[in-house]
Amino acid sequence: MAEPIPPKERYRREPREMKEQDPKERIHNFNEVPLGFSTEDAIYEAQRCLECKTAPCVKGCPAEVKIPEFIDLIVKEDFAGAYQKILETNSLPAVCGRVCPQETQCQGNCVFNRTGKPINIGKLERFVADYARNNDIRPQAIVAPKKNKKIAIVGSGPAGLTCASDLVKAGYDVTIFEALHRAGGVLVYGIPEFRLPKNIIDHEIEGIKAMGVNIVTDFVVGETKSLDEIADEFDGVFVANGAGSPKFMGIPGENLNDVYSANEFLTRSNLMKAYLFPEYDTPIKIGKKVAVIGGGNVTMDSARTALRLGAEEVHVVYRRTKAESPARVEEVEHAEEEGVIFDWLTLPVRVLGDEKGNVTGMECIRMELGEPDASGRRRPVPIEGSNFVMECDQVIDAIGTQANPLVKADGMEKNERGYILVDEVSKATTRKGIFAGGDIARGSATVILAIGDAKKAAQAISATI
Amino acid sequence: MYKIESKIKYAEGLYGIWVDAQYVAEKVEPGQFVMVMTHEKGERIPLTIADYDRSGKKIFLVFLVAGKSTAQLADMNEGDELFSLVGPLGKQSEIENYGRVVCVGGGTGIAAIHPIARSLKEAGNEVISIIGAKNKGLIFMEEDIRKVSDKVIVTTDDGSYGRKGFVTDALKDLLDNDEEEDIARVWAVGPAIMMKNVALLTRGYNVKTIVSLNAIMVDATGMCGTCRVTVGEETKLTCVDGPEFDGHLVDWSEFMNRLMRYKPQEKIAMDLYMKRRQ
Ligand SMILES: Cc1cc2nc3c(=O)[nH]c(=O)nc-3n(C[C@H](O)[C@H](O)[C@H](O)COP(=O)(O)OP(=O)(O)OC[C@H]3O[C@@H](n4cnc5c(N)ncnc54)[C@H](O)[C@@H]3O)c2cc1C
Ligand SMILES: Cc1cc2nc3c(=O)[nH]c(=O)nc-3n(C[C@H](O)[C@H](O)[C@H](O)COP(=O)(O)OP(=O)(O)OC[C@H]3O[C@@H](n4cnc5c(N)ncnc54)[C@H](O)[C@@H]3O)c2cc1C
Repeated sequence: MAEPIPPKERYRREPREMKEQDPKERIHNFNEVPLGFSTEDAIYEAQRCLECKTAPCVKGCPAEVKIPEFIDLIVKEDFAGAYQKILETNSLPAVCGRVCPQETQCQGNCVFNRTGKPINIGKLERFVADYARNNDIRPQAIVAPKKNKKIAIVGSGPAGLTCASDLVKAGYDVTIFEALHRAGGVLVYGIPEFRLPKNIIDHEIEGIKAMGVNIVTDFVVGETKSLDEIADEFDGVFVANGAGSPKFMGIPGENLNDVYSANEFLTRSNLMKAYLFPEYDTPIKIGKKVAVIGGGNVTMDSARTALRLGAEEVHVVYRRTKAESPARVEEVEHAEEEGVIFDWLTLPVRVLGDEKGNVTGMECIRMELGEPDASGRRRPVPIEGSNFVMECDQVIDAIGTQANPLVKADGMEKNERGYILVDEVSKATTRKGIFAGGDIARGSATVILAIGDAKKAAQAISATI
Repeated sequence: MYKIESKIKYAEGLYGIWVDAQYVAEKVEPGQFVMVMTHEKGERIPLTIADYDRSGKKIFLVFLVAGKSTAQLADMNEGDELFSLVGPLGKQSEIENYGRVVCVGGGTGIAAIHPIARSLKEAGNEVISIIGAKNKGLIFMEEDIRKVSDKVIVTTDDGSYGRKGFVTDALKDLLDNDEEEDIARVWAVGPAIMMKNVALLTRGYNVKTIVSLNAIMVDATGMCGTCRVTVGEETKLTCVDGPEFDGHLVDWSEFMNRLMRYKPQEKIAMDLYMKRRQ
């Protein structure tokens, strides 16, 4: 067992960074970029934690993971214990350790931010989850007596999976209906292999199935059966179908052949494994010079995927600046290291093409930052007369997603943008017996917020059904 | 799960299969389709539901070998199981009693037009069906079409059966002789070029024409946007807003360009498959 170190030493010790694949090599493969902590790394980093009584880190976590406690268990070298501790509030630690925006959540609240050296909480969480997976440590499912009540869950993304696992533990019979042939939601179809290896999600899903959750794939609620029919057949429903519809800019030329939505580009590459074409059958276009429009995680994922597929030059075209980009800091840094070219303060106005539909370029206009807008970020305004043509042969729209209208039920109200209205605390919709959470209730957000919603819904369902 | 119950070979490269698909069989209406994957590494491809047996929980699919995925499907046999099948997808056809209607089916579109013609007939319409293919061997389901039509015209490009020429030639004659102008609607399902030509023709006679677009799709739930098409001034998704649209409003050149997007890769995949198969 490792010893705690004196507080003074904790202040002095430099954070342990995680080793990463060399950018020059990694742009030629889809293997994960950060290589993980060794046991020694994890303990060394964990020993830095001050174990603050007030635990500001926990307040920054939408799933309220018991951070100081699991870090303490790492110091004590009880990694299995640390795993079970995290699982008390978060059923997807291997995922969250990799994709959460820690810098604005747990780590953003760490007292060590004053010195610029917050504890690497996300990396420690990842270490614990990977340790558990590699050593075949399973969740200690304390399954309550059967309630003989059936709950249906629509969608198998992080919200659906979390709600299912909480409810099955509480004694419900749980069935997940998933539209695609594979469970996992954005984690399998959106986030690339080099950020979130798919075997990790499969492992989590196996665990959830082993607890007794029934996952029905190839079932589109709203087409295969309506939500009303499902609500009749089950005692309760949790709707977590995400916000999966693509958004386009609405500019001329967007239906040219080589213009993709990020959803299409990433789904082909991740879910259908087009990066392994022709071993896998689904094709994908490999552009020479690719322009990716947007500034979030989805944009970075698309740009880095295009590089790995073999594009010679990849540009990110964003109408604001790096400071306003909603992407995780690490994603932008990784993209920069890999040679993605950032065109900040640039707005596409038209995609240009030939008569066969091939893209030949994109007309853009330069922007400058004006007064703050509703989001508090300075509003970008076009600089008149600054139009120019960027040569490219592929364009990827990665400007966000929106609600898909397929899932609807009598009396279940939505807002004007199509998101389902829910009670803040219980996640109940306006239709009795139907709850909703994750992206379909809050708009495109994050994995951990989807998990947080699902936990609240599971509690409310346990209390009322 | 999705077991192939029986397989019919109509001609070289043209097959029909009955597949176990409980949920789809319970719900399907004319005009809808399924997405199929033959195996885990396969593509998701759309196929129209040509017929169904609700109590037997089966659906009937007809396909033409166009590339690797359909070639793989053709290599499957009775008793084999498809890796994935989901549906019914897309909007159902707008079936009403319009009076007199013409249903045009070309190639595999003959299969797709069948449930539409049947429902139109059941709704009280006078149904004239025109079915066409390259040659006699590629005309199939003729009996099924006859059962649900008041009149059937068969055309072959080479004249080996029925009337020589394209389905549009037969349709033009009908429209020219339609003095009372009581042809209320035309449905056309087949290759893009056929649907485009039918729409061009009927526009001149001002007869509303519904086409069923065979856009390239991936998820077919409105998630990826690959099947987008301009209809009127708007961008629509073929999978959830269609597949049927007003043929007079479709931007055909954009649609046909988009069908060509993966030609080079499709050829690589098919050549490799054929080589391995030998
Ligand atoms: C490319 C990309 C990168 C991202 N990166 C990050 C990141 O780094 N960190 C982060 O925290 N968040 C990230 N996000 C956001 C995050 O993935 C989402 O907020 C989160 O997945 C939402 O979870 P969910 O369970 O609500 O929905 P989803 O994950 O969208 O899952 C919904 C599921 O429902 C299924 N479904 C949809 N319609 C139906 C239907 N009618 N019937 C049955 N099933 C249906 C879908 O197929 C899907 O499997 C990213 C998103 C994308 C697209
Ligand atoms: C709503 C709808 C219903 C259809 N119904 C039928 C049917 O009943 N019978 C039938 O034979 N065909 C049907 N098709 C067309 C069928 O899906 C394609 O022939 C098939 O996908 C070709 O795949 P492949 O790998 O064999 O050929 P490929 O070599 O991949 O492609 C040949 C051509 O098929 C088209 N195609 C390729 N991939 C796809 C894809 N993922 N989705 C759609 N089209 C694609 C392209 O135009 C391509 O040029 C339908 C298409 C749609 C959209």
